[in-house]
Amino acid sequence: MAGSNKLNITPPRWLLAELSYKCPLQCPYCSNPLDYAKYPDELGTEDWKRVLSQARKMGAVQLGFSGGEPLTRQDLSELVRHARELGYYSNLITSGYGLTEDKIVELKQAGLDHIQVSIQASTQELNDHIAGTATYQHKQEVAKLVKKHGYPMVLCVVIHRQNIHQMPEILAMAENLGADYLELANTQYYGWAHLNRDALLPTREQFVEAEEIAQAFKEKVAGKMKIYYVVPDFYEDRPKACMNGWGTTFLTIAPDGTALPCHSARELPGLDCPNVKDFSIEQIWNESKTFNFFRGTEWMQEPCKSCDEKGKDFGGCRCQAFLFNGDMYSTDPVCSKSPERHRIDEAIASARELALSGQEKPLIFRNSKNSRQY
Amino acid sequence: MTINPELTIQFSPLHRLQWEEAQQKYVILYPEGMVELNQSSAEILKLCDGTHNPAQIVAKLEEKFATSGLSNDITNFLNIALQNGWIKQA
Repeated sequence: MAGSNKLNITPPRWLLAELSYKCPLQCPYCSNPLDYAKYPDELGTEDWKRVLSQARKMGAVQLGFSGGEPLTRQDLSELVRHARELGYYSNLITSGYGLTEDKIVELKQAGLDHIQVSIQASTQELNDHIAGTATYQHKQEVAKLVKKHGYPMVLCVVIHRQNIHQMPEILAMAENLGADYLELANTQYYGWAHLNRDALLPTREQFVEAEEIAQAFKEKVAGKMKIYYVVPDFYEDRPKACMNGWGTTFLTIAPDGTALPCHSARELPGLDCPNVKDFSIEQIWNESKTFNFFRGTEWMQEPCKSCDEKGKDFGGCRCQAFLFNGDMYSTDPVCSKSPERHRIDEAIASARELALSGQEKPLIFRNSKNSRQY
Repeated sequence: MTINPELTIQFSPLHRLQWEEAQQKYVILYPEGMVELNQSSAEILKLCDGTHNPAQIVAKLEEKFATSGLSNDITNFLNIALQNGWIKQA
């Protein structure tokens, strides 16, 4: 165990319930693990209810039903009802695929607080290409129905090199659909996005231009629409405060019941992530090796160890340190103080060269066939 | 956008005001976010129920806490709440 300081353990506030890895879409930036096909098991209804109850008792209040596609679960309304009874604020994070008006009403009656619909692009052709499924028209319909039935409507668009040029049209689409919130999520390069990075990472010029457009729009719609802008950390010189610090706030439960400090942590070696079938949430959160692994600052190496900003960004992201440096204890390579920063710059240069030469690599889509390669 | 002193105030249907036992405080919940409230902010927001205008909220709280001169603080907070979309006026 790298670091443990039981006195400073704060309770979980956010619970991400990944109900299923099944998904009708094939987005090539999916944050699910590459080898998700190895984990086909799904917790049963009673297991999920117990997890929700235990986490709520500890203080979790924001709840995301995610996946894969959470609508593939037949017991979704039952879980939503249980969550509402416990006092969670629940969010359905969905592709919208398979969401009918009847289901939207049923979930509302069960107590669902909001629905976040993802749209892949502002045009049908690109949306359906990136999603790997013809979904554009249906998503537009779903967004309108979400609004019609009184939910706050949260539109999520993941931004990358294939759609970043559509920023003005994406913003106009959000306005036309009457979104209350627009999440512009610059791709984070884990899982499938890491695999497809050369084809997805925008150039700095593209990113700067898109950010200016988004910023001007944010001012224009102030008071009507809130914009959540997830920064592309490769173009920053300090790392993100990943998960608000390991084991401080966020708890992810994977479809098979594995408890994770973040949805990518399954990729890290030697964490022995516990399963909710074997332990209570309280045991997992407070006592497990996994959740104590990177708590506090004891585990840090230089330059983090003596850095006066370590309380602000917690050394950045452990998964990114592992993916780039092969060392999950090292400083997030995004940081300009990291001796490994050149690895990020090389990734940027590699993607840029492909973008400018027009020699785009084909995208590797997230599906079971491809997952079985890993 | 500022508070109209004549109109009643409702809590936003797109947000939820809730007591959190684990935190021993009121919070406002909304998509992907939570604001923790101190006691006085929570007392004001609980009266934003569609039946009170700003002057009535001031009167109720001055009576409840047996004090006077709360008008400025309450109006300032209501303006912040309005700008954040936590409350609205018809």
